[in-house]
Amino acid sequence: MAVVRTQEVKKVYKMGEIELEALKGVNIEIEAGEYISIMGPSGSGKSTLFNMIGGLDKPTSGKVYIDDVDVAQLDAYELAWLRCRKIGYIFQSFNLIPVMTALENVTLPMVFAGLTSDEARDKGVVLLDKVGLGQRISHKPYELSGGQQQRVAVARAMANDPAIILADEPTGNLDLKTGTEIIDLLREMNKLSGVTIVTATHDHKMLDVSDRVVWISDGRIDRIIDREDLKIEVGTIDGKTE
Amino acid sequence: MAVGQPIVGAAPTEIAQQVNLPWSKAVEISINSVRIRFGRSLITASGIILAIAFLMSIWTTNALIAELKAANDPAINLQLQRKGIDVDADSEAAAQERSKNMWLVVLSLLVCLVGITNAMLMSVTERFREIGTMKCLGALDSFIIKLFLLESAFQGSAGTIIGVVVGFLLTLIINLVSYGMVIFTHLPGLELLKNAALAVAVGSLLSLFGGILPAYKAAKMEPVDAMRLEV
Repeated sequence: MAVVRTQEVKKVYKMGEIELEALKGVNIEIEAGEYISIMGPSGSGKSTLFNMIGGLDKPTSGKVYIDDVDVAQLDAYELAWLRCRKIGYIFQSFNLIPVMTALENVTLPMVFAGLTSDEARDKGVVLLDKVGLGQRISHKPYELSGGQQQRVAVARAMANDPAIILADEPTGNLDLKTGTEIIDLLREMNKLSGVTIVTATHDHKMLDVSDRVVWISDGRIDRIIDREDLKIEVGTIDGKTE
Repeated sequence: MAVGQPIVGAAPTEIAQQVNLPWSKAVEISINSVRIRFGRSLITASGIILAIAFLMSIWTTNALIAELKAANDPAINLQLQRKGIDVDADSEAAAQERSKNMWLVVLSLLVCLVGITNAMLMSVTERFREIGTMKCLGALDSFIIKLFLLESAFQGSAGTIIGVVVGFLLTLIINLVSYGMVIFTHLPGLELLKNAALAVAVGSLLSLFGGILPAYKAAKMEPVDAMRLEV
């Protein structure tokens, strides 16, 4: 089953008199349980497509279906619900709420979803344990390293058992080793709970764990490569993306 | 609308359920937010502390002098006259003095309102990523408004209470120096309590009003702002 489907998605930004076509008709289907990476240089429309998939932006024309729901048809309440229950977000700059502890950060989406404090707490502890931060649940973000903060963010993204996790450059602010750990953690979550993971990334480490890699250039899908074919092509990846 | 039911197994098209933020949780979050950003909160609150202290000192002075006049004690009247205060309450000079004071109070409260709005707007701009993130986690516009108004109200009421105490104590000390111990025997307790309660109400309302525009601005931020890296 396709968890995300786009049909001829176009996005036009108006900058004064000039119209900028960021996406020029994108068709893509993302299967449930897939680990998919979107790659492309800045200005390619990668972020725009990524935001569409995450229900953060609406297309100018064309359709985006998340879990078979047409995102354009949703009102503000339904969109909030979709973001809360169906999608987990992970950001380049971690984006933990600075005044909340790790546990409070993880339980916030559960509170929005209507869980009681006790239920949320129990689930939050389990999730933080899963990402390896069982000992640090009452630390504030500034008391945690970048890698630990991103682990909290992964736990938070998993809070309401979403269908999709969207990760925007999740390793962009991390060193090589920590970045690899986060990638492995995402892969583990993907395998354990079957959550679909969509990342926008420049990080070539990400390619090794992705089921498919989508290259975007100039507002169109340049090519989609399955992992089996990826290994053989590794030599050319660098040439294509830089 | 069964909030809190597990959604597992629901048909994908049934997006009828709503996200919610209980008041108790909202209060907890906003109190924490004020407490942890204490320095910033103090700056926002200092405007209201000063304005309310000023308001309270005017009221306290007025009440105290009215009480001293009412005592009609020749010794006190002499002291009052020496301070340039007309013993006759109905005189034109006294009325002018009162209206001038009222103007100053109103102006200081207006300045304070602008100050609160400004400080809160700064705080909203600084926290764009936090607000965007909350929206990504499923927060509605109304949650953000709730959080920011509560924060503003807490800052305002704490600032007001401090302002009332500071204003009262300072005025008491000044008048103690001017008139001596006699003020304690003529302290209009009930009147002052009424004034204090009114000042708390004025200050809290003021900070609530000051918070409306910033809260609205925060609520209108897009979830995608969470991905921005710079202000």
